[in-house]
Amino acid sequence: MSDTEKEIKCVVWDLDHTIWDGILLESDDVKLKPGIREVIKALDSRGILHSIASRNEFDFAMGKLKEFGLHEYFLYPEINWNPKSSALANIQKNLNIGMDTILFIDDQPFEREEVKTAHPDVTCLDAVEYISLPSMPRLNPRFITEDSVRRRMMYLDDIKRKTEEDEFQGTPEAFLASLNMEFIIHGAWEEDLKRAEELTVRTNQLNATGRTYDYDELNAFRLSEKHKLLVCELIDNYGSYGKIGLALVEIKDDCWHLMLMLMSCRVISRGVGTVFMSYIMQEAKKAGKKLLADFKTTKKNRQMYISYKFANFKEVSSDNDGNILLENDLSIIQPFPPYLKVTIL
Amino acid sequence: MDTKEKIRKFIKINLVVFEDEADFTDSDNIFAMGFVNSLFAMKLVTYIEQEFNIQVGNNDLEISNFSSVDRIVEYIQKKLQG
Repeated sequence: MSDTEKEIKCVVWDLDHTIWDGILLESDDVKLKPGIREVIKALDSRGILHSIASRNEFDFAMGKLKEFGLHEYFLYPEINWNPKSSALANIQKNLNIGMDTILFIDDQPFEREEVKTAHPDVTCLDAVEYISLPSMPRLNPRFITEDSVRRRMMYLDDIKRKTEEDEFQGTPEAFLASLNMEFIIHGAWEEDLKRAEELTVRTNQLNATGRTYDYDELNAFRLSEKHKLLVCELIDNYGSYGKIGLALVEIKDDCWHLMLMLMSCRVISRGVGTVFMSYIMQEAKKAGKKLLADFKTTKKNRQMYISYKFANFKEVSSDNDGNILLENDLSIIQPFPPYLKVTIL
Repeated sequence: MDTKEKIRKFIKINLVVFEDEADFTDSDNIFAMGFVNSLFAMKLVTYIEQEFNIQVGNNDLEISNFSSVDRIVEYIQKKLQG
């Protein structure tokens, strides 16, 4: 797999003549294409998400998918009469993934062209090729972790949370408190390493350096006495968000050096990245060391840069490649918010 | 709505505060009043850039420019004066 072609995180399906033979509104006796159920399940079990972009009647189409026992596989389905390019835009926004990680499959060249013109980064595939999807390299993630198997369920949990939040009668603070969130931080265990590698490869927005590490490199850090490899997990009333953050600190004589820090965007609104950073700062301060941090600015990680600055990091130096060294004198450390229980294992 | 009112309103709506009903003064430190997470920080910077047509450069991203309503307003006025 080339460096420039990312793994596919979501397959967006057309319905008529793509998932099923026939046109639903012309005759509701449509038949699923042979083997398509197995394709959908296989990809789902690898942590690849599915959605729909179909020009159809929403209730009718969802009803048919329910009949086929498939409706639960599709997140944020766009079934309406709008152009498919706008369907793709909505799906991308709802899932918060890059356009370049989306594969759109449709039987009509016109639709594929329309989408490609509006979103050049989307990969478009003719519906006749559906059987080959499971063997395509970009649909074979390097590691399949516990979190990837549960990925769709976690997105469904998120949708429930969002509905709760929208319907909640009370302040945002009260809503956050009502979730009974617990944030758990600990040194990485061996069973965390696959997930840690997955995080370094998949996380773009809340990623301070964009460096990826493989299992063996991370294991070496995990075992090294001169390093701390930290992971964190978030749990609330709806269940666990999984292991959603990773930090790597090098322990030097005069300082701690934060080489890597990343957080899954799924928890972006819970503020736990800031808590993670506060924890690391507190520990550095207890150890009597100052805290340095690496940062590499990309097109996607401005929010991460801003959060470092708001944590009181200041730029010490930078090179021509956008690699920045930051330093924190640890004079200002935000306390943990009251609506979150922080557990250090 | 003048600059100060806009900033007060933005913070009131977006900041998760520690004390529900407490009102805040223009000089209150928002980092002590509520939880400044990365989402709030990003929204605040984006709001300032779009509402006042300013580019907040990396060098401007210091806590001291954003720690209270007064500080934010001062920062905006300084940028607008060029």
